[in-house]
Amino acid sequence: MLDIKNRIFTNLYGFDGVDVSAAKARGDWDDTGSFIKKGREWLIEEVKTSGLRGRGGAGFPTGLKWSFMPKEVGARPHYLVVNADESEPGTCKDRDILRHEPHKLLEGCLLAGFAMGAHTCYIYIRGEFIREREALQSAVEEAYAAGLLGKNAAGSGWDFDIHLHHGAGAYICGEETALLESLEGKKGQPRLKPPFPANVGLYGCPTTVNNVESIAVVPTIVRRGGAWFAGLGREGNSGTKLFCISGHVNNPCNVEEEMGIPLRELLEKHAGGVRGGWDNLLAVIPGGSSVPLLPKHICDDVLMDFDSLKEVQSGLGTAAVIVMDKSTDIIKAIARISYFYKHESCGQCTPCREGTGWMWRVLERMAAGNAEVREIDTLLQVSKQIEGHTICALGDAAAWPVQGLIRHFRPEIEARLMETKKVAAQ
Amino acid sequence: MSVRRLHNAQPEAFAFTDDNKVWAQTQIAKYPEGRQASAVIPLLWQAQKQMGGWLPEPAMRHVADILDMPYIRVLEVASFYTMFQLAPVGEYLVQLCGTTPCWLRGADDLKAVCKDEIGGVGDISADGKFSWVEVECLGACVNAPMVQINDDFYEDLDATSLRAVLESLRTGQTPKTGPQSGRQSSEPSGVKDA
Ligand SMILES: Cc1cc2nc3c(=O)[nH]c(=O)nc-3n(C[C@H](O)[C@H](O)[C@H](O)COP(=O)(O)O)c2cc1C
Ligand code: SF4
Ligand code: FES
Repeated sequence: MLDIKNRIFTNLYGFDGVDVSAAKARGDWDDTGSFIKKGREWLIEEVKTSGLRGRGGAGFPTGLKWSFMPKEVGARPHYLVVNADESEPGTCKDRDILRHEPHKLLEGCLLAGFAMGAHTCYIYIRGEFIREREALQSAVEEAYAAGLLGKNAAGSGWDFDIHLHHGAGAYICGEETALLESLEGKKGQPRLKPPFPANVGLYGCPTTVNNVESIAVVPTIVRRGGAWFAGLGREGNSGTKLFCISGHVNNPCNVEEEMGIPLRELLEKHAGGVRGGWDNLLAVIPGGSSVPLLPKHICDDVLMDFDSLKEVQSGLGTAAVIVMDKSTDIIKAIARISYFYKHESCGQCTPCREGTGWMWRVLERMAAGNAEVREIDTLLQVSKQIEGHTICALGDAAAWPVQGLIRHFRPEIEARLMETKKVAAQ
Repeated sequence: MSVRRLHNAQPEAFAFTDDNKVWAQTQIAKYPEGRQASAVIPLLWQAQKQMGGWLPEPAMRHVADILDMPYIRVLEVASFYTMFQLAPVGEYLVQLCGTTPCWLRGADDLKAVCKDEIGGVGDISADGKFSWVEVECLGACVNAPMVQINDDFYEDLDATSLRAVLESLRTGQTPKTGPQSGRQSSEPSGVKDA
């Protein structure tokens, strides 16, 4: 269990004040300029040493990503874009940073922006987060008034502006290139890669897109040292992490924990355990709706980090842990996730546009017991034809939950289909 | 994808109020010279607010004119993003999250309350106060089930507390926003300090 002294987000729940003086009392904005004076290379090296991997879902090493930006700023300005579109079902951690720890994010933006040669940052917040946007906007205004942003931000010698931008309801805008399209005033449809945003991003300029949590942990990493962060968790899976625990637990919550905490410990220490006890557990989706579910026997001892969850054919994703007890109709639960992807497909690739709706309809029939057993294999096949054959990862994200269901609950699906046949025959 | 079309009855014209015109310029100023199209979502959103919650076609053209964008590009944006309501809504628009984490904790019970108190999806209640839709995950899943009503989230709901929230809005009161369970935010219930 994470030692309290290693916690980064000490005001996650907003029990303490959120304004700049309360934030400073917690250590935010403490001598920020001095870290910038150590230079770009030093900052990137410190983040590389920390082993921080992106908290937006894909887990790409953050320091390495920053180093892809051109070394020299040429005719085109560099941009930092923060992804606050948080829309992956199960995920609600960035919301707490936006409303309760906004200064960690803003300070992180200044450090990250400087490290990649950017004088301008856009924070793209999902449209529905209206109150969170207002909270962040007042934090931005406070920071400008205190000289922490703007010209010679925080006495660093670096000019830095932050603008808030918002969406209007489209999960796909969380995909980084769709986000850039949206920020340019278009429909949020992902771009083909390459070129990558570090070369051709916002307005055709070098751009790095990072998740809110990835950026908000940077000031603490820089202050306490990359080695401190790397000392938490496991090799290749370092640091602390915000987990969102939803579904059938006694006390659903967000919580910061050490990477690699056993799933069972996470649920029992913080969320009051599974409703009805551990033996009442049916399955857990460990990383947001896009990753395959895990049946109880894997949940018994799996660790919560990128590599451990990959080994069991799932993923850490956004660390949104969705718990389902034995009362759950698992086919319906996954069918509802399929509906989500059908609803959110941007429509530009045929396998995704047509496939997501097709999978949803078949799953609805299966949930109702109204399908043939051989259709399970057809469903699996279709999911494989979507996976890897689309412009963006939404296609994969739609396929994986379905594959997870069939991998672990095929007998349950078969039993339901046989049951209706039996009833019909009577 | 969802299929979204313009409403059959449209107002003759739309123009921003003077305040909104000034506000629009502050938004445009966030983006580099010549990149004013970036402000299209915020401007459409403001237009929807000015209209009392929905976005008519003349408002799209008004925003297009301000941003110097072809009408079709703005129509494309308005129809792509689901927070733009293309038909009139009640004074309070209840957006009920139906995605799996909320469904696991009783979103169907909330749906029944909406049907009972308001009517079918998209219908405006007889007193003009309410309409409701089912939406996808609103990013408050550890406070499930939940709804968004206009600008606010109401969380940790059950049928009884949702009815109470609707009743107090109906009678002109201001219900407490956020968790309806005694929690402050996303902490485990019972935890009182960090
Ligand atoms: C369909 C889809 C939705 C996504 N939604 C989000 C999101 O809401 N927030 C986020 O930070 N990343 C999201 N991502 C991941 C981003 O594309 C990108 O990898 C991430 O913002 C990079 O930040 P990081 O390196 O700090 O993790 C999404 C990806 C896909 C394919
Ligand atoms: S995979 Fe789906 S969401 Fe992604 S670009 Fe293709 S159609 Fe759009
Ligand atoms: S599933 Fe309802 S808020 Fe996320």
